[in-house]
Amino acid sequence: MFYIYCPYCGEHREEEEFHPKGQAHLARPENPDECTDEEWGNYLYFRDNPRGIHHEIWVHAIGCRKFFNVTRDTQTYEIKESYRMGATPEVTHANDPLS
Amino acid sequence: MSEVINKTVDEATQVAIMDQCPTADVPARSPLAHQDQSSKVAPQNPGVFLWEDALKTHLVLRGDANNADFRQGIEAATGLDLPEALQSTQSDDWALGWIAPDEWLLTGPGDQAFAMETTLRKHLSGHYAVINVSGGQTLVRLAGPEARSVLMKSCPYDVHDRNFPIGKIVNTVLAKSQATIRRLGENDWELVVRRSFADYIWRWLMDASGEYGLHLGQPDAATAARQSNPSRANPVEG
Repeated sequence: MFYIYCPYCGEHREEEEFHPKGQAHLARPENPDECTDEEWGNYLYFRDNPRGIHHEIWVHAIGCRKFFNVTRDTQTYEIKESYRMGATPEVTHANDPLS
Repeated sequence: MSEVINKTVDEATQVAIMDQCPTADVPARSPLAHQDQSSKVAPQNPGVFLWEDALKTHLVLRGDANNADFRQGIEAATGLDLPEALQSTQSDDWALGWIAPDEWLLTGPGDQAFAMETTLRKHLSGHYAVINVSGGQTLVRLAGPEARSVLMKSCPYDVHDRNFPIGKIVNTVLAKSQATIRRLGENDWELVVRRSFADYIWRWLMDASGEYGLHLGQPDAATAARQSNPSRANPVEG
């Protein structure tokens, strides 16, 4: 079980209050009408599957119902940080001491 | 398109507010009306009191907490301060609880929904929402020296004094459903439950309270006074 910190409630809560919503920081092509099929396909269907640091979206579904981001290590399952939408993660693959 | 957006709109004409209970003879049934809500044989020394605070006014308020006009508007209309995260404020009749960073729940007397909604709209302007959800949820009250033990069995949230002081409000898992739990007093809790889950949660709470001695209905004045100075040692204290 995860014990997840919700940056909006300012508290740790049990995992059953949350839902995972997949990879975070996906940038939608600015002009979908003019991007290539490959760019649009990558945006729509292709996701990273890293070993190590992964940024993902979670929603506090049974709580404040806000979406936020979590940085999680996919090897150890350790949650490194959670941060609000629009914020920049402090732990990234580049500065992870273990990777 | 931009012309439409920029046009000054008279807000009063843009929002249709309906008095959902214009006269007292409009029939209304609480979601727990079918449940027997009074004990025929009350236990000698009940550990838990369970009753429904039926047919109250529930208004959801949405807005920007950092907007001074919004804060002042709420304060002027309700007489209550906009609570901070996971807190609630209370007057004699009305209670205002934090639900999310931009959402609050206002509960109060059942016959004043329309009056309060009108007052709120009079005091608020700009980007906000007031929604009457009175029909969608109900209040279940849990009291008594063992009320906290029942919550400990029913939800994963830590309801210990150090984590759940009086006045705190938390939206969390209750049984296999969810509830907004607010602590009103030392042994006094209020649960906001969805209408469709009210029956399930009521039955769950009746079952969970059984071992502590359940009294269906409010404690009478004498019992309430005795229980405000609990002599029974609580094994989970400390």
